[in-house]
Amino acid sequence: MDKKVLMKGTDAIGEAAIRAGCTCYFGYPITPQNEIPEYMSRRMEQVGGVFLQGESEIASINMVLGAAATGMRAMTSSSSPGISLKQEGLSFLAALELPAVIVNINRGGPGLGNIAPSQGDYYQATRGGGHGDYRMPVIAPASVQELYDLTMHSFDIADLYRTPVMILGDGMMGQIMEPIYLHDRPEVELPPKDYILDGAEGRPSRIVKSLILDPAEMEEHNWKLKRKYDLLTSRIPQWEEYLTDDAKLTIIAYGTAARIAKGAVNRVRSEGLKVGLIRPITLWPFPDEAIRNAAKKTKLFLAFEMSTGQMVDDVRLALEGSVPCEFYGRPGGIVPAPQEIARIIERFWLQREL
Amino acid sequence: MKPVYVRPKSLKPTPFHYCPGCGHSIVHRLVCELIDEMDMRGKIICVPPAGCAVLAYNYFDIDVCESAHGRGCAIATGFKRARPDKIIFTYQGDGDMAAIGTAETLHAANRGERITSIFINNAVYGMTGGQMAPTTMLGQKTSTSPYGRRSEIEGYPLKITDLIATLPGAAYVTRTSLANPAKIRETKKSIKKAFEVQIAGLGYSLVEVLSPCPTNWKVTPKESFAYLENIMEKEYPIGVMKDITTQKG
Ligand SMILES: Cc1ncc(C[n+]2csc(CCOP(=O)(O)OP(=O)(O)O)c2C)c(N)n1
Ligand code: SF4
Ligand SMILES: [Mg+2]
Repeated sequence: MDKKVLMKGTDAIGEAAIRAGCTCYFGYPITPQNEIPEYMSRRMEQVGGVFLQGESEIASINMVLGAAATGMRAMTSSSSPGISLKQEGLSFLAALELPAVIVNINRGGPGLGNIAPSQGDYYQATRGGGHGDYRMPVIAPASVQELYDLTMHSFDIADLYRTPVMILGDGMMGQIMEPIYLHDRPEVELPPKDYILDGAEGRPSRIVKSLILDPAEMEEHNWKLKRKYDLLTSRIPQWEEYLTDDAKLTIIAYGTAARIAKGAVNRVRSEGLKVGLIRPITLWPFPDEAIRNAAKKTKLFLAFEMSTGQMVDDVRLALEGSVPCEFYGRPGGIVPAPQEIARIIERFWLQREL
Repeated sequence: MKPVYVRPKSLKPTPFHYCPGCGHSIVHRLVCELIDEMDMRGKIICVPPAGCAVLAYNYFDIDVCESAHGRGCAIATGFKRARPDKIIFTYQGDGDMAAIGTAETLHAANRGERITSIFINNAVYGMTGGQMAPTTMLGQKTSTSPYGRRSEIEGYPLKITDLIATLPGAAYVTRTSLANPAKIRETKKSIKKAFEVQIAGLGYSLVEVLSPCPTNWKVTPKESFAYLENIMEKEYPIGVMKDITTQKG
């Protein structure tokens, strides 16, 4: 029987990874996610797994790559400046089609920025900060329970599609404590790992490589990857809708921003404004369908982000100009209260005469 | 009749793409002979570099995992930690090992990772067309040190193997040369020892091989052997720098 336990966001990620069968963790300290490597250093020892603090984020992601090529479930975690250093490795993981889970607890930036919660890494995460024509599933939990459940889910997506998967949280997600259920690992039928390197005993030798010098072959590889990304786009988009049925104004927000937005929706609803919320859970692939469906009913969208405006581009791309989308943002580590967002909603409501 | 010279089983029957006289071909053969002789094919994994040896998997008939430039020792660490029962080796050039990958290399050695690195020092960036390497010697002309390497501007040849020999995690560290058949045989013995040290779980093992790059040295293959012996070996003296299996106490 599942029982509820009080858990911090970062610990929930670590525990979910362990229970999902992750046996290799490599990482380098950076605030605000140090609790993940700290948790993993304790737990991996207990379950006989591997914890190693790399000498850098570059080393850590490459250790993940090596472990993934042996067929082990492997992960790393970091925060914004460290994720920048992992981009080379992410491109290689995508090219080599190796599964791995990468956690980014997004802090304020650019540069060293600060250690406050931010959503400034949306572009880097969803557009691929690494080089080359690849995509990477990006998942944005908005509660400790989701951090737990979606971390487990991320390992399955990684194995099912042989791809790196990023969990994009922020300092707030990592630090909050909430009661959660420690669900068992879901039963998912996974493909056999016929690509792993473990010494060519009794079989032909294998090569894990991304170098494809012949452009015709490289093109074919790019299209092969693209078919996989199309499959992911048709299969894995996930989102939450809140009071969207009769909404004239629909807010789009993810992660911590979505929780603030939900509070704001409740406030303005109590004043009679028909406002709803769509919370993308997968940021890539983006839940275009949810946005397009909502566009049939709603008159105005409002994207709210803890950045100067990044996800709003995806909302507008999904809308293709059908319905306007306004933007409100608080970058730099500011976490606004629901009252502030409620005021913004009211302002747009009046301006647009909804 | 007993054959005296056969292609090692773990060396694919693919003609090498390396330039005539290149040291990579020689070391590839030595490694494959050892894989056969030590019966390692079923448990060994190679991590080749970005460098002229990037295509090593076209020749080694064993499991191979590509690496981004310089990251070999980190990837090998991931392999070994995940599968301590396997034999893992990186095969790296001087740029790969001692410039872009210095951190990964030094830290893997310092952690005493049970891996082996075969380090081909040809004092240039072979693959990209003969630019200056960290190991380029003072006065040596390359395509990016056209006036010869000057210490005031480009600094000094980096002796990463000497550095690694000072680290407690390193169990066996040696420098060899391909300058003549006797030294080539010595190189093979050293690589063998390095694998043995890994298999015994003693720590990190490293064989630096001074290796000719006639193309970028702009000499004939024959001249390149004299260059190795008379010039490179002066800057980089060959010999064992550390061997914990023979140390007392
Ligand atoms: C990140 C990155 N930077 C640069 C390169 C280009 N590059 C490939 S190999 C190489 C240097 C190779 O020299 P070395 O390691 O000495 O090997 P050699 O070819 O001499 O055997 C460089 C600069 C690359 N592949 N990746
Ligand atoms: S460029 Fe130099 S290192 Fe590269 S294959 Fe030719 S001789 Fe060998
Ligand atoms: Mg070189």
